[in-house]
Amino acid sequence: MPVSSTSMADRIETILTRYPNGKRDALIPLLQDIQEDLGFLSRQAVLQVGRHLNLPASKIYGVATFYNQFRFEPQGRFHIQVCRGTACHVKGSAIVLETLQQHLGIGPNQTSRDGQFSLEVVACIGACGLAPVISINGEFFGGVTPEKIPDIIEAVRRQDQKDPDHDQHF
Amino acid sequence: MINTFETNCCAQCQHTPQRPCPDRIDCLQDRPRCHEKEACHRQRLELMAQLRRETLTRPAIFVGTGTCGLGAGAGKTMAAVRRFLADRDLQADLIEVGCIGLCAAEPILDVQLPARTRVSFQQVTEDKVSSLLAAVLAGQIPADSVIAQHRGDGLEAWPDVWFLDEHPFFAPQQRIVLANCGLIDPASFDEYIARGGYQALAHVLRQNTSAELCDRIEQSGLRGRGGGGFPTGEKWKFALAAQADQKYLICNADEGDPGAFMDRAVIEGDPHRLLEGMAIGAYAIGATKAYVYIRAEYPLAIRRLKKAIAQARGAGLLGENILDSGFHLDIVIKQGAGAFVCGEETALIQSIEGKRGMPRPRPPFPAVQGLFGKPTIINNVETLANVPAIVSRGAEWFSAIGTANSKGTKVFALSGKVKLTGLIEVAMGTSLRQIIFDIGGGIPAGKSFKAVQIGGPSGGCIPAEHLDIEIDYESLKTVGAMMGSGGLVVMDEDTCMVDLAKFFMDFIQRESCGKCIPCREGTRRMLEILRRITRARRDETGTDALERFKGIMYLQRLAEVIKDTSLCGLGQTAPNPVLSTLRWFHDEYEAHIYERRCPAGACRELLEYRIDPQACKGCTLCAKKCPADAVRGVAKGPHYIIPEKCIGCGTCVQVCRFGAVIAE
Repeated sequence: MPVSSTSMADRIETILTRYPNGKRDALIPLLQDIQEDLGFLSRQAVLQVGRHLNLPASKIYGVATFYNQFRFEPQGRFHIQVCRGTACHVKGSAIVLETLQQHLGIGPNQTSRDGQFSLEVVACIGACGLAPVISINGEFFGGVTPEKIPDIIEAVRRQDQKDPDHDQHF
Repeated sequence: MINTFETNCCAQCQHTPQRPCPDRIDCLQDRPRCHEKEACHRQRLELMAQLRRETLTRPAIFVGTGTCGLGAGAGKTMAAVRRFLADRDLQADLIEVGCIGLCAAEPILDVQLPARTRVSFQQVTEDKVSSLLAAVLAGQIPADSVIAQHRGDGLEAWPDVWFLDEHPFFAPQQRIVLANCGLIDPASFDEYIARGGYQALAHVLRQNTSAELCDRIEQSGLRGRGGGGFPTGEKWKFALAAQADQKYLICNADEGDPGAFMDRAVIEGDPHRLLEGMAIGAYAIGATKAYVYIRAEYPLAIRRLKKAIAQARGAGLLGENILDSGFHLDIVIKQGAGAFVCGEETALIQSIEGKRGMPRPRPPFPAVQGLFGKPTIINNVETLANVPAIVSRGAEWFSAIGTANSKGTKVFALSGKVKLTGLIEVAMGTSLRQIIFDIGGGIPAGKSFKAVQIGGPSGGCIPAEHLDIEIDYESLKTVGAMMGSGGLVVMDEDTCMVDLAKFFMDFIQRESCGKCIPCREGTRRMLEILRRITRARRDETGTDALERFKGIMYLQRLAEVIKDTSLCGLGQTAPNPVLSTLRWFHDEYEAHIYERRCPAGACRELLEYRIDPQACKGCTLCAKKCPADAVRGVAKGPHYIIPEKCIGCGTCVQVCRFGAVIAE
């Protein structure tokens, strides 16, 4: 759901108050908290954090773009993470990723136009015993094959329609 | 369940968490030390037996809810168990436990009836719950879904069910770090105490100086389990000798190696063991603040660790004046933001300080000048989780396990093309053959073993002819691999080694922090060379072929330059996947370069799919199953594949019942 910029600023401000007298070492936890709440780091968020910590926005972007975790675009209603760890690779995660891209029409770190799906490639989810693994809004799907993908996507979509209040951020 | 830390044995006990007593742990686990009263002693023993589930009054049902269990559907299994109990109005305890290690059999559900031993069952998905529980509660063990029964003193064993220590997956294992994983409730502080938890910490605080403790760890021969293999006791001594007003201990739980998940399993399954190890480590070096740097990708582990820290603090085992010893310790969780290089200690320190995780030259070593310029010790989760056992059972006991230079056990994450995937702990010196074929059950689907990749992106591949080497830090180096954090990814004949090298180089060049040129530029050039080797024939021009041959001539030399000139461990080990595959699988490289084919059939660009119009019956199955919509044709007529749309997934080959799809 779209968040108006004033309420977004308020939400960021609330998070900033959790770090009174924050120093440089509070930067990454702050960005993590903001991303957890808003789903991504907006330009506004970066500027507000900069004022709070007395750091130029360029430094903050420098840190945020260094780490894989941070996103600068809102994530979709269904956020799909594809594990590209070694075990998943050996069991065919490259094809899983390719099929997902074709099926959804988006690439890694992109969000579909209707805001429904976003795709992310992660280094390893740590569920190597179930390789290849994908996770949709925090729910894991193990032993994924290209044929199973349309069914999995359909299943999460259906589940969401049944339960529209389903929490989208885990 | 009674909370042991909130109830004192009788009115004579003066202990409160605010006013701690040095004998608190002994008092809980055995008898009060401040007063002599048989009833209190008996009460303690009974409570401990109850917490160890030796004396049950009603059935207990355990569900393994680590990340791998949940991924296999343990959450739904739990819900089904709750429904089953509610529908039949049955009284039973439902307990969440960590991962016992047999990921291939998840979701795992254990049942223990009063006075009987605990039995584990495999693949208990939600639909199987009700029939399984009905049978077991009626005293029947369904033979097809049983894994094994646990040993239990004074408990009646089930006939015709083998014990866990007789099961081929568990029998060769020796579990120190994983001793409690999958057995106890990770959210219960009391269960950890009931199994001897925090005894080592209490003992150390009462009886040992920091120097004695460092000596003992040094004598035990414990070496860093994160990859480097540096002797832990020696490292601690550096920090102990450093003079400073503040020192730090950091637990590195930023398990970045793709293919390794032991740190996650330990934290999810037995978080207090790590906390106890950290408290002992902090005491040994004189640190009063400790950090756990853990991956944000492990939300469950973070949640359980947070809870464990709160419990330990509530019980007075963290915070001010721990057990009246005058020792203070605070443990703070820092979430890593996803950068492989942050496994390197100086980069990790930068990241905690809120900067980009870029390594700096050493010396000065972090033990002298680390976090915020203060002496800092960084140990891996598994290293610290070994510490309580070494302290309570002695350095001699620990050093009797393992090989001459590598003591103790090692946890390995066994994954890839192996029947029983999971987490195992074996004594150092166990052979790879034993791990893969005895414990792991060999290669599935009748395929043959090709290689095993050990140590993640910094490690190497070990071919079949070296399967009998005994695993330790030194022996692995002789075959061009390294221990790393202990990911073991097994590969069969369908895995292409050039493709694997390309996969690792792709990972490394993305994760290179960019500070030093050999790593930043060199790894990218290596990846380009590998990409040229595996690129398809159809879009190659004359210069491409020239580039390909030129690249392969430079590959080895480039790898060696990167190794010699990079700043940190990541760069220095970055070429290892290429060097080790070049060493053992030269023929596969040659097949790609000269013959333009992939012997394993994995490099899809070198494969082309087509449908034999004579053999195709027009059943439309391949067209229906094709995820890319690349197969066209009318029903009952021969189909064809549109090469531009084909993603080469091979689904059509798998589904065709007439063998009409040809990949070449």
